Amino acid sequence: MELLQRNYFELMGLPTQFEIDLTLLDQHYRTLQSEVHPDRFVTASANERLQSMQVATQANEAYQTLKNTTARARYLLQLNGVETLEESNTAMPADFLMLQMEWREAIDDASAAKDVSALDALLIEIKQMAKVLSQDLSGQFAEKAYTQASESVRKLSFIDKISADINRAIEQLEN
Amino acid sequence: MAYSDKVLDHYENPRNVGTLDKNDPHVGTGMVGAPACGDVMKLQIKVNDSGIIEDAKFKTYGCGSAIASSSLVTEWLKGKTLDQAAEIKNSAIAEELALPPVKIHCSVLAEDAIKAAVADLKSKQPA
Repeated sequence: MELLQRNYFELMGLPTQFEIDLTLLDQHYRTLQSEVHPDRFVTASANERLQSMQVATQANEAYQTLKNTTARARYLLQLNGVETLEESNTAMPADFLMLQMEWREAIDDASAAKDVSALDALLIEIKQMAKVLSQDLSGQFAEKAYTQASESVRKLSFIDKISADINRAIEQLEN
Repeated sequence: MAYSDKVLDHYENPRNVGTLDKNDPHVGTGMVGAPACGDVMKLQIKVNDSGIIEDAKFKTYGCGSAIASSSLVTEWLKGKTLDQAAEIKNSAIAEELALPPVKIHCSVLAEDAIKAAVADLKSKQPA
């Protein structure tokens, strides 16, 4: 089936670019899932059933990848032959790493003091940085500045991890 | 995941946690981070006039293996020359701490931190 040859953007009926319409992504995903739903293939041949299942699986992966800013940027870079090297590239700008360390210390302090509002404030600050990085990525993709975009993805990777850790710390305090 | 006894020992009793004056011309600072797991490591070395590392401090936010890797290398670094320090390989760190394959990147982080600290120090010294 030719659907399987398409990249995630094409599969979801979207232009292959960083800026996408998330509402359209939702709509197209739901449409595609209903088209390949197993209930519609009860009487189909084994081959058709298999293909519909493959498309359904790929649609899931595509949806999860495209709706997340970091994952979408990482995937778009891969399509352009650029790996983000999140496992091996440890060189980050010193000021960015200093900020990570300050945030980690602030999480520890707020957790020790059971200060949920401090954690909430930190989360807002971090979300603001994620927004700025997302805007950076938009410009970097527009200019095909893939090396810089790759670094932005690595930064966002840190941001995603620390956001998850803060949310976990807040949950622990609230329980 | 089960940590080895050596990892637990360094994790529970980390050696040489702290900070050196990064503006001191005898101090080199290396900061690295692992995007995949969010770990951040700061490693600092101080050399004497003969170019021997006489002190090393670290500060690491991350998992037990990352903390143990940085704690271990601060012990190894003391008494070494900069060239000897730069030769420390992540495989030796991983072997000493019996790190499982999924934690090898923690030892890579420590090796990269040493290299960054050595490079910082060399950039401060007159050629």
